[in-house]
Amino acid sequence: MNNENPGDLKYTKSHEWVRDNGDGTVTVGITDHAQELLGDVVYVELPEVDTELTTEEACGVIESVKAASDMYAPLDGTVTEVNEELDGEPELINSAPFGEGWVFSMKLANPDDLDNLLDANEYEAVCQEDE
Amino acid sequence: MSNTEQTVRPQQTPLYQKHIEAGGKMVDFAGWEMPINYGSQVKEHKQVREDAGMFDVSHMVILDFKGKEVKAFLQYLLANDVSRLKDSGKALYSAMLNDKAGVIDDLIVYYLADDFYRMVVNAATREKDIKWIIKQLESFDVTMEERDDLSMIAVQGPNAREKVVSILVNELSSEEADQANELKPFFGKQMGDWFVARTGYTGEDGFEVLLPNESVAKFWDQLLEKGVKPIGLGARDTLRLEAGMNLYGTDMDETITPLSAGMAWTVAWEPEDRDFIGRQALQKEKATGPKMKLVGLVLEDKGVLRGHQKVITDFGDGEITSGSFSPTLSVAIALARVPFETKDQCHVEIRGKQLAARIVKPPFVRNGKALV
Repeated sequence: MNNENPGDLKYTKSHEWVRDNGDGTVTVGITDHAQELLGDVVYVELPEVDTELTTEEACGVIESVKAASDMYAPLDGTVTEVNEELDGEPELINSAPFGEGWVFSMKLANPDDLDNLLDANEYEAVCQEDE
Repeated sequence: MSNTEQTVRPQQTPLYQKHIEAGGKMVDFAGWEMPINYGSQVKEHKQVREDAGMFDVSHMVILDFKGKEVKAFLQYLLANDVSRLKDSGKALYSAMLNDKAGVIDDLIVYYLADDFYRMVVNAATREKDIKWIIKQLESFDVTMEERDDLSMIAVQGPNAREKVVSILVNELSSEEADQANELKPFFGKQMGDWFVARTGYTGEDGFEVLLPNESVAKFWDQLLEKGVKPIGLGARDTLRLEAGMNLYGTDMDETITPLSAGMAWTVAWEPEDRDFIGRQALQKEKATGPKMKLVGLVLEDKGVLRGHQKVITDFGDGEITSGSFSPTLSVAIALARVPFETKDQCHVEIRGKQLAARIVKPPFVRNGKALV
């Protein structure tokens, strides 16, 4: 498994990654570092489509055999799509955290807010601090 | 090293290096540095259900009791009755109670000879157990020795016994290997420096092997060679939960009596004249009827049951004592303390929502098979 945080993504201190889809929407998931800490994911509580979120608002829950962990909205916006595959295969978060294990997409209230997020190097530093 | 360092720094078992070599993620458990998993808790869980896995349980506490009055002492100390043990090597599961019938610890005691019993108690309760036992020992002609010279590996799973026996043939003798192979469930036998018992905490067949600290690393390596995989404390917890076995400090403690902890079967009321610690309080509770009971829950909605979640029943509220996702059943399961009258159904409050759960009688899983 590739442990590197992709350079084309943005990150939060609470271990979400954010992919800019270029059309005012972003896709959000949890990082490889986060899934590693959680262990085997067995259930994901997804946000509902059309929910309006504010930055750092709890919007979903990832449950592993070990513990439940909240997921936070990276920015202000509205949920446009959720990954329903996770209902049947929550382990996708473990096997492909940056790919098939994505959690939801949202339309940003202010696309410029993306600049407030961390880049891969800054996020890497956050992970180092954690250890 | 200063005193503070000694108390703060977790202890390591003789297998510490082996855990590191196997990629164990080490955590502090009751003052011991132990592996929580070696990668995937679910894989480890399934390894035990389907083949064979091994647990380092050297942090557990082995106590040897010797003397003329040892049987009388244990009949007084424990809620279960060691006089039920007629054959040498036979093991008994029991609670050790305080005067109010609260559970100080749960333990296994082996009858080895009329003047020799061996007890295995929890690591997390080591100090208070020993203190309590020493206090009770005062009026008996019995000695207690802590066997910290011994390590302990539990090898569990459908193929566990066969793999251990194949090692014993060379490590001990073919005769002793045969004896181990023929051990009945819940029996143990001393074999030279080793003690082999057909016991465990997973709901699978297998052995718990007690052996000298200096021999344990070699045994671990031999088990690895036989394809026995190391299993962490995480899977140990989900395995015991599926097997419907209590965890001390979670499912019961000193504020809970065995009657409210699913342990009524471990209380030996007969003979009536056996005076054991906690008996009076327990009899009173039995006469009025316990208010709460420990049951199994299977979540019917999606989600994961966890300790301390509120259980709502027609007869009042209860609480989950331990809960998790069952890797064998692929649903959330739990042990919960609920009002005694509770029947088949309840709800569990998870993040403000009430989810439906079915009440069942544990175990959930035995010998690899779903029972609920």
